[in-house]
Amino acid sequence: MISRARRILFAFLVIAVVTMSAILIRLRERAQDRLHIVHDSAPLIESAESAPQSVTLVIPDDLDGSLRTVQRSQSLPPDDSTKARVLLETLIEAFHDPHSTHPIAANAETQANAAESVSDASARIDDVFLMPVPRGAAATNSGTLAVVDLSAAFAASHPSGIEPETLTLLSILGTLHANIPAITQVHFLIDGHPAETLAGHADLTRTYLTTDIATGTPQS
Amino acid sequence: MRWINNWASFGLGIFLSVPLALSGQAAQSLQPPTSAPAMPPAPMAPHAAPRFAVLLDAAHGGSDTGARLTATFLEKDLTLDLSNRLRSMLNARGMPVITTRLSDAMLPPSSRAEIANRTPFAACILIHATATGSGVHLYTSSLAPSAPVKFLPWQTAQSAYVTQSLKLSSDIDSALAHAEIPVTLGRTSLQPMDSFACPAVAVEIAPLQAGGSTKARPVSDESYQREILEALAAAIDQWRNDWGQQP
Repeated sequence: MISRARRILFAFLVIAVVTMSAILIRLRERAQDRLHIVHDSAPLIESAESAPQSVTLVIPDDLDGSLRTVQRSQSLPPDDSTKARVLLETLIEAFHDPHSTHPIAANAETQANAAESVSDASARIDDVFLMPVPRGAAATNSGTLAVVDLSAAFAASHPSGIEPETLTLLSILGTLHANIPAITQVHFLIDGHPAETLAGHADLTRTYLTTDIATGTPQS
Repeated sequence: MRWINNWASFGLGIFLSVPLALSGQAAQSLQPPTSAPAMPPAPMAPHAAPRFAVLLDAAHGGSDTGARLTATFLEKDLTLDLSNRLRSMLNARGMPVITTRLSDAMLPPSSRAEIANRTPFAACILIHATATGSGVHLYTSSLAPSAPVKFLPWQTAQSAYVTQSLKLSSDIDSALAHAEIPVTLGRTSLQPMDSFACPAVAVEIAPLQAGGSTKARPVSDESYQREILEALAAAIDQWRNDWGQQP
């Protein structure tokens, strides 16, 4: 014979489980809605209404291993996460320029892949997520961590080598920090997954500080 | 638990000289080359001077081909060839050399670091090649320098040697400049270099682009390769003198 107290307790637990399930389902739906809003409404194309502003791109030069800053006028979305994605798309667009000093997909091994990736701008950067730097994750706990999700097509078309890969990472770090100073750390993914290297050399397992551009800048 | 295992194997490898498990190919390549001069017996006295030995790490290998330098020329093949030739040059100068691989074998970064950290090497040279840029790219670790301590974290062991690595890079830079080969110096995060507990420099050979007084030379150019290797051998010889004068 089950006591009345136990029956009440069981009923209470069943109600609690059902209530919590309903809450979790609702929270999940809200999170999915937020993600859809970010993906669907992110204006990757310049908005006609937004006024152009000066942006800084850090462009590498493969011949002497240097980095130079280039000013451009461009309309940017107000949201920092989307702004970061637009900036990196613009930066990589510059790499694909026929007169680029840091050509990507310019050599024989990658021309076929490049033709596919160039035709689709969104294939280069899957997404950029911004979040507060996790507490205790590094010596500097302030600022924003940018998680840059590169596409596998971009990684496959990237020239393999210590110098070209290092210069690409430094130019991304420099461009993000120059335009969104709140970004202090950057972590890279490829197609949403952690990767060991960009194209066989530069280490992607670590989180980079945007100040790394000062120590990593090659000197001729 | 991974870091505990790493620390443990590092400590054992460095301070207790316990042999670490390696693949058959890697273990074979640990043997000094037969053309190498007979090494002096291991010093037994506690205050004996450390022996000068060089580690050459031919990057990539096996299914890890590295960069495609031309339609039929892969980075892994060039690095192995350069490693073998540089080893012969250094042996001829009386320097004992150990290479991480002697054939087209796949060797993960952790195994390369184990080889580098088993013996206290005076210089560790990582040999790479690329199809972009010009001349030779010299890269040292971008880790912040730290004071040497008894136990080093495996992933950042190089931090205790960054200062020496920069000096070694400077010697190589001078030798290449003397050979009139353009050099680009830089810092990077590169595995397995960041785990090496020795003065370490990554030497990346790129084609020579045509300039004011220079003509274009591909990385496959034998004479171009020989000039670079001779400069590297001279630089390591110079480093042996510098290293011997360190306190």
